[in-house]
Amino acid sequence: MILLKTDNFNHMNKQHWLNIGEDRSKYPEVGADGKFVVDYQSQKLVKLWQGPNHPGVTGNMSVELTVSGDEIVEAKTHVGYLHRGFEKLFERRKYIQVFPTCIRLCVAEPDYNEYNLAASVEELGGIEVPEAAQWLRTLVLEMARLQSLLRVVPGQGGTTGMGIGVQWGVYLRDLILDRFEELTGGRVYHMYIIPGGVRGLLPKGFKKRMESNLKDIDKFIVDIDNLMFSNVVFKKRTVGIGYIDPAWIDTFGVVGPNARAAGFKRDVRKDYPYLKYEELDFDPKTATESDIYTRSRIRWHDLKMTVDLIRQILAKMPDGGQIRAETPNVLHWKIPKGETYVRAESSRGEYGFYVVSDGTEYPRRINLRGPSYVHAVSLLERMLQGANIADVANIMVSLQTCPPEIER
Amino acid sequence: MKKFIKDLGYKFNISEIEYQRENLTFLTIDKENVVQLLAYLRDYEGFNHFVLMTAVDWLEDGVFQITYILNNHEKKYDLGIRTKILREKAKMTTAHHLWNQVATYQRELKEMFGIDFPGSPRVDESFILEGWDNIPPMRRDFDTKKYSEETFFPRPGRETKDPSEYMKQKLYPNETSK
Repeated sequence: MILLKTDNFNHMNKQHWLNIGEDRSKYPEVGADGKFVVDYQSQKLVKLWQGPNHPGVTGNMSVELTVSGDEIVEAKTHVGYLHRGFEKLFERRKYIQVFPTCIRLCVAEPDYNEYNLAASVEELGGIEVPEAAQWLRTLVLEMARLQSLLRVVPGQGGTTGMGIGVQWGVYLRDLILDRFEELTGGRVYHMYIIPGGVRGLLPKGFKKRMESNLKDIDKFIVDIDNLMFSNVVFKKRTVGIGYIDPAWIDTFGVVGPNARAAGFKRDVRKDYPYLKYEELDFDPKTATESDIYTRSRIRWHDLKMTVDLIRQILAKMPDGGQIRAETPNVLHWKIPKGETYVRAESSRGEYGFYVVSDGTEYPRRINLRGPSYVHAVSLLERMLQGANIADVANIMVSLQTCPPEIER
Repeated sequence: MKKFIKDLGYKFNISEIEYQRENLTFLTIDKENVVQLLAYLRDYEGFNHFVLMTAVDWLEDGVFQITYILNNHEKKYDLGIRTKILREKAKMTTAHHLWNQVATYQRELKEMFGIDFPGSPRVDESFILEGWDNIPPMRRDFDTKKYSEETFFPRPGRETKDPSEYMKQKLYPNETSK
């Protein structure tokens, strides 16, 4: 793929503008540190706020832009619109009472919160999870990824004005939410994974209904490929724009699809296999172009892979068996003193819980490590320098930001 | 990995080593050596990925524990580096020059725990809370309930009824009145 001459590096590369003979005298100079020299007194700059109402599927956060013409010279992320003090609430609740709260940390994918917390409690409390429960957990986590990607993959088209894919995606996501409802009783928040195992077995006929939904999603995967990824407007708005330099992956802590699109094979399911991922056959795709189009494409591949993984899980998992290990009474369960860090691969990348126990029934500290903490703050602020105002929403969506996990 | 961690112990005056899992170890070190250890691990031992940084309030001991978690992707290994600082006038050396996202974590810690990181970019700007004039809210001595009661207009709360009595009254008003 040939990069268009619109990526944010070229905006900051003096030689590039000299080569194509364009006058850049009205724009701020680029300093030795690779950033624009921003002089607020120059009367050439304008402040512009993007958000906090969200342009697409990014959640409520705002970006304070300093613009010169239609080009951004400085960006600052402002969060706090969704702060509910969850981490403080956790400290005042028993471990089992944390579950209904922790799932609200990220609306789009609540199940990773349940899994991470349950896995931390089991590790500190020395509980072994039964085989059948592990398979059911793997299934639920993949279903969570599927419903999230069904929203996000077409959502990228939504920011460029292509609403139809979003409507298809929302319909199919609803079908997956139906499956969640019959398995767990809840559509968006499930509270299905609990310390020691899961809450229930698969209902009768679940596999058949799931397979019928997956067949619909198979058609959608082909359709969205034709509709979105071959669309000239979508390509013009995404190819070569929102570039993440591979050198930034470690210096900014980029994870998940955003890192995979830059050539780094980072996937917790492969790197630190948890649950039953070692027994499943999958290979996360990588690419090197690292622009919005490629990140979106990587998510499309993830969507295909997730459908395949759900089929594999349903074929391999046992039909019955013990789904919950013996645990002490959860209301009086004193978790031994200690601390741990547990991670899982969400659709956005590494998602982890750092849990500290002081030996009582209450957690001393539960800290969430969400991918957006990095992607939507330090990385976004850097990526927006030199970008066009019209591309801000597009870049935000391509990073798949989720503000609640920044402010917790 | 155990040998590597033992060697690290000799080099950096590590006071406590806790092997949590086969791929996760927690080290405790005094606060003066933390940033040097982080820089050494990043530059020489391949711990490139900065996973998180947070604080834990041990109010009863009068200390904050600051934890940094680093990840070595090639060796698939995590190191948790812990240090303790006094709660009174809490101050810690900044590590923003090592990874770009550290400045954000430090800004949050300044706001939520009141731990200062002199020299860290934008550390004094508010991150989540605007116009906060109380003690930092994540400290354990901050009383959430008291603060809410004082700050927000008191509301009487929801009216509750005993379901069985309520249904009886609705269905058989004559019987209950007798």
